[in-house]
Amino acid sequence: MSSTRTPAPPTGGAGVRRSGRKFSVLTGQDRVVLGLMVGIPTFMVVFFVIIPMIASTILSFTQWNGIGGFAAIKFVGLQNYIDLVTVYIPFFPALTHNLIWLGFFLFIATPIGIFFAVLLDKEMRGTRFYQGALYLPVVLSLAIVGFIWQLQYAPEQGLINNVLGTTRQDNLISWLGDPSLNLWAVLVAASWRHVGYVMILYLAGLKSVDPTLKEAAAIDGAGEVDTFRRVVFPVMRPINIVILVITVIESLRAFDLAFIVNKGLNGLELLSTLVTNNIIGETSRIGFGSAIAVVLLVVSVGPILFYLTRALREDNP
Amino acid sequence: MRAIAERLVETRASDAGRRTKRIKRTVLHAFLIVMSLVWLFPLAYAVYTSFRPFAETAKLGYVSLPQHLTFDNYVHAWVQADLPKFFLNTVIIVVPAMIIVLFLASMMAFAVSRYSFRFNVGLLLLFTAANLLPPQVIITPLFRMYLALPLPDFLSDNGLFYDQFIGIIAIHVAFQMGFCTFVLSNYMKTLPKELNEAAVVDGASVARTFFQIILPLTRPALAALATLQATWMYNDFFWALILMRTGDKYPITSGLNALKGQFFTDNNLVAAGSILVALPTLIVFLVLQKQFVRGLTIGSTKG
Repeated sequence: MSSTRTPAPPTGGAGVRRSGRKFSVLTGQDRVVLGLMVGIPTFMVVFFVIIPMIASTILSFTQWNGIGGFAAIKFVGLQNYIDLVTVYIPFFPALTHNLIWLGFFLFIATPIGIFFAVLLDKEMRGTRFYQGALYLPVVLSLAIVGFIWQLQYAPEQGLINNVLGTTRQDNLISWLGDPSLNLWAVLVAASWRHVGYVMILYLAGLKSVDPTLKEAAAIDGAGEVDTFRRVVFPVMRPINIVILVITVIESLRAFDLAFIVNKGLNGLELLSTLVTNNIIGETSRIGFGSAIAVVLLVVSVGPILFYLTRALREDNP
Repeated sequence: MRAIAERLVETRASDAGRRTKRIKRTVLHAFLIVMSLVWLFPLAYAVYTSFRPFAETAKLGYVSLPQHLTFDNYVHAWVQADLPKFFLNTVIIVVPAMIIVLFLASMMAFAVSRYSFRFNVGLLLLFTAANLLPPQVIITPLFRMYLALPLPDFLSDNGLFYDQFIGIIAIHVAFQMGFCTFVLSNYMKTLPKELNEAAVVDGASVARTFFQIILPLTRPALAALATLQATWMYNDFFWALILMRTGDKYPITSGLNALKGQFFTDNNLVAAGSILVALPTLIVFLVLQKQFVRGLTIGSTKG
């Protein structure tokens, strides 16, 4: 990593020199150009993403409120992590909510998306309409999704309560305010978008499956369910992995909806909102916020590595 | 006689088969129509509410047939919430960010897919990993960096990355670089290797090979990615929320939250505001659907 940190020429130069015959035709100028082509983007990624990631890890072992410059940073060892699990009340709720989010996506939203994709894979009239309707929410921002669903969930003016007749003070259902309900309400809104996302990706994958495979299975007398389970699904392995990783990553990234509803408090705590709430506002607890970020990092690294090793193996069989 | 009877039985069987097939199809269509309507409902309801005067819904309730439909809520949302200003902020951020990230990522993709370096795979992995991280993992140090790093006056009116359009542009570029590089390098790998060799034989430099041969051939992938990236950057809520302070500089999606207070006097106004903000992405949906979907899928299906 340290060798890619310096911008441009060294990286390119070193690489080019090693890679042999093919590059004998490259002039010095070409090498500089290639070096810049690799160096500038690499610099951007390393400087704005990788260094902050490493800094998060380091800061998580310190105490700092952001005042008094870097000199005021105090190393406290594992204290932040100890506080996190012993005294910081929202931590375990947040972790639980992230897991519920993941479970809901993994076992409900994603399978529904796959199911729709399989249904729409059949050539028939109206497919374009169905497909469009299901994928429409994907272009919307999660912020807008939040607003649109607030129109349904709002206590007195919301559609759901108006239909149910639960708008009076004595029987009001506070879909987004009640901590035992709001996570589920938000998950429905999040799934509205996630299902379409999965459907689009899976449908593209299904279109690339060799149709003769399905025909062969049909001739052998396999029913539709069997054909999907034993023939199509296994062939779709690379897409299945992409879908799995996207589902996990999206669940860990969940933030916008919870933050829009109530800043991620009172039943909607998530790791991401805890990090945010620890650095904005009056009491900026940087070390502590970083420790939460590292927990988020550690749980994200698993699926990321899983995906990358797969991608790598595919590239170099 | 028996032959005829057999044939009769056969046709009847295939008739029955066709009939069950037709019934199956009908059930499938019915199911999909219902599901499509369910999926469209929340947005359709928002549109409906946005056209109704508040006084009317207050009197008749939200579940009622309309007596008047009006554009008033749109006018109010547009003026009261100062939406044009926020739209402009978004344009100032999204257009340069999209162009820069596509330009840099296509150079990177060109270098790693058409030439072999020692670090090729490593770099690509690093980029992809950086793109998959939750943004909150890096936000705390990034926020401090933005407060500490100086910028010259012509780039920043407070001399910092913090609270500046350029700061938001920079993080969009850096964060989306991995995805764009990944998609573009997959695409460039499908272009014939002979193109490079021919260019070498003709004595073309690396820069010329890139700009005049490879880049024009990459146009379809660039168009798809541009659509996708513009939508994603337009939709981003998080970066400006943390990395900007001045509400007047917020891009529209982040600005929404600040507007909530003003909007929440009545739901009809919320609906109109939401539809207005969603409009550019709805246009993408209607007009650039193909590009958007391709942008999403060439990343996952390699081609």
